[in-house]
Amino acid sequence: MSKRGTAAAFGAVLLALGVAGRGGEAAQAGGTVTGRVKFTGAKPTMRRIDMSEETACAAKHATPPTEESVVVNANGTLANVFVYVKSGLPAAYKAPARSTPVVIDQDGCRYEPHVFGIMVGQPLHIKNSDPLLHNIKSKGRANRPFNISQPNVTRSPTVRTFSAAEVMVSLECNVHGWMQAYAGVVAHPFFAVTGADGTFSLKGLPPGTYTIEAWHERYGVQTVTVTIAGTETKTTELTFAAK
Amino acid sequence: MMHRGVLGTLLGSLLLPAPRSLLAQDTTAGKVAYEKWCAGCHGDGGAGDGPGAAAMLPRPRDFTLGIYQIRLTATGELPTDADIRRVIDEGIPGTAMPGWRRQLSESERRDLVAYLKSLSTFFADTSLRPVPLAFGHPPGGGAEAERIGRQFYDSIGCRKCHGDAGRGDGPSAPTLEDDAGLPIFAADLTQGWLFNGGPSVEEIYRRLRTGLDGTPMPTFSDLLDQQFLTDEELWRLAQYVHSISPARAPAVRDVVHAPPWSGPLPADPGDSAWAGVEAYWFPLVGQVVRRPRWFTPAITGIWVQAVHTADSLALRLVWNDRSESPDTTWLAFAGKVLTSVAGDDTVPPTPQAWPDQVAVQFPARTATGMERPYFLMGSPSDPVYQWRWASAAGGRSVAGLARGLERFDTLPGPIAARAAYDRGQWRVVFTRSLATADTVNQLQFDAAQAIPMAFFAWDGSNGEHGSRMALSTWYFLALDTPTPPGALAAPVVAMGLTLGLGLVVVRRAQRRARNTR
Repeated sequence: MSKRGTAAAFGAVLLALGVAGRGGEAAQAGGTVTGRVKFTGAKPTMRRIDMSEETACAAKHATPPTEESVVVNANGTLANVFVYVKSGLPAAYKAPARSTPVVIDQDGCRYEPHVFGIMVGQPLHIKNSDPLLHNIKSKGRANRPFNISQPNVTRSPTVRTFSAAEVMVSLECNVHGWMQAYAGVVAHPFFAVTGADGTFSLKGLPPGTYTIEAWHERYGVQTVTVTIAGTETKTTELTFAAK
Repeated sequence: MMHRGVLGTLLGSLLLPAPRSLLAQDTTAGKVAYEKWCAGCHGDGGAGDGPGAAAMLPRPRDFTLGIYQIRLTATGELPTDADIRRVIDEGIPGTAMPGWRRQLSESERRDLVAYLKSLSTFFADTSLRPVPLAFGHPPGGGAEAERIGRQFYDSIGCRKCHGDAGRGDGPSAPTLEDDAGLPIFAADLTQGWLFNGGPSVEEIYRRLRTGLDGTPMPTFSDLLDQQFLTDEELWRLAQYVHSISPARAPAVRDVVHAPPWSGPLPADPGDSAWAGVEAYWFPLVGQVVRRPRWFTPAITGIWVQAVHTADSLALRLVWNDRSESPDTTWLAFAGKVLTSVAGDDTVPPTPQAWPDQVAVQFPARTATGMERPYFLMGSPSDPVYQWRWASAAGGRSVAGLARGLERFDTLPGPIAARAAYDRGQWRVVFTRSLATADTVNQLQFDAAQAIPMAFFAWDGSNGEHGSRMALSTWYFLALDTPTPPGALAAPVVAMGLTLGLGLVVVRRAQRRARNTR
């Protein structure tokens, strides 16, 4: 897996240098869909995580750590929502995998980031910043699984790639049952994850009508249809309601 | 059909690149064997959901996912044909999966491999050709190798799940789940004969390299690539893990011999005197006779030792249990076990902090002949005499008469029991005088005959209580009497006489033969 991943990354680098320039990002020409993900209803209370068994992790948290399944921002938006183009791209559309790795770190017995997007074939660098054992297990259905041990701070990251589009692939640590992350694996570069302001932006879309899906680990999915003609920017809003 | 398959394979290998020829394998014959022998547990479609599946933890393999636990390939890779074949042939120790080498013919087992591969689309992906890892050979072992291995056991975090003494009682053990989200135990590394992938140093090393896909057990191969560990160090770890199990599965013997004991009985479960007393292993199985039945007991067996003086008996029971119940950190685990295993209740019981328990059972009276009460706690007309111990509230023990599962009448006066829990293991010593005043209800221990004896055990943190328990069949307890000096001398004298007589006979025969020549 890792060898193929390295080979794929190398290939992507060559391609990027030859075609798209440094970074290998898709061409920025085209339309943009931007917007934000709102949250309505009562904000659920996140359970405290007991890290007393792992003093090195507990010491990294100034305030007692809590679960991260629902993060509502101060402006009433929802963080950790994976927003991506679910359908609408031309059948012939092909994007080279980005060569820039996505980095996931295990730090303070939590995953950083908690939710991320990654392209098929794009390298995933797995880091451990904790001086203790984590295993990181990937559970998908379209992708082959993996389950790797990282017993201490990593000197160099472990590299893996995903071979098929899948929303989402779950990543978990069995040593610390609360550690959970999600990877949205897609075959194109049109994806984003909402952060502290709850916004997202999908740039460089070719003209067309798209189904944009927003995925949240607890509240499921919301979709919106957006038509792009030329280089315009369309603004949209998605809303998840408390359950 | 077979002919066409062979022909197809031949043609395929001529016309197409090598991987394709595998796809041309005929799966029809394999399907027939699968439906007859495998579908009962693994399901018609291979999703691990046959009629027998719900009574099992871990569940039978879901072949549609293409994820196999025991392989020689890297984590996430498909198994090779040989990997699948090995499991079909040999089964998976410690699980419900038997070996089929004797049951099925060579061709049936080969056809099954082809059919199982047809159940997951991953096998059709020619970019995913599984290649076994290169494993090399173990360096020489020994005490120093095991000492180094133990250091890595601690430093790379094995103890997080497998526990300090390797009994599967680490701090992360209560939250472990398999890929299906079902509760799963960390292996008890002191019971090598139950290791899913086999107990040898080589097999342990291979599991460290490949991981056990579908379970929480990760691979440690990346650590070699990153020079975090050397290959030799990983072998040392395998040698250490191997060293904490008996060399082979303990033999089951029918009779516990209690040798005579001089001085005070070792009533303390930690008394070092027990180290010199023969221990007998008895496997335990789930109680599946009476409802509610129990299909997934956590306690695999019990070690029994006994000694006696002229007037008293001490019986020590030792068994591995991952938690000192009642323990609320295991409540969620118990809840998941109770809801995921098929049961006889319409609504599974709400998990509670049940205690751990053990019971020793004897007939109420020593019977003449072979007749014994019903093994499952006797019957209304033929009760059994039991000693029961529970870990609740600092430990309590009672003696009483059981008349079936439903009725237990406590007898006056406690039975002396002392218990200790240490890193995944209970040790309980019962002591009692051989004779008691109540000869009607309480068994009188008599050295003249073998006394039937049976065992029951409950792991509270696994949701076990009431009839949800592990049990044994009847075995025997024999109070050995001191051997009188004459008993030792007599065989020696008899041997001497026989030898002398033999020599005389041979001499005579030789002399006669010489004379007649």
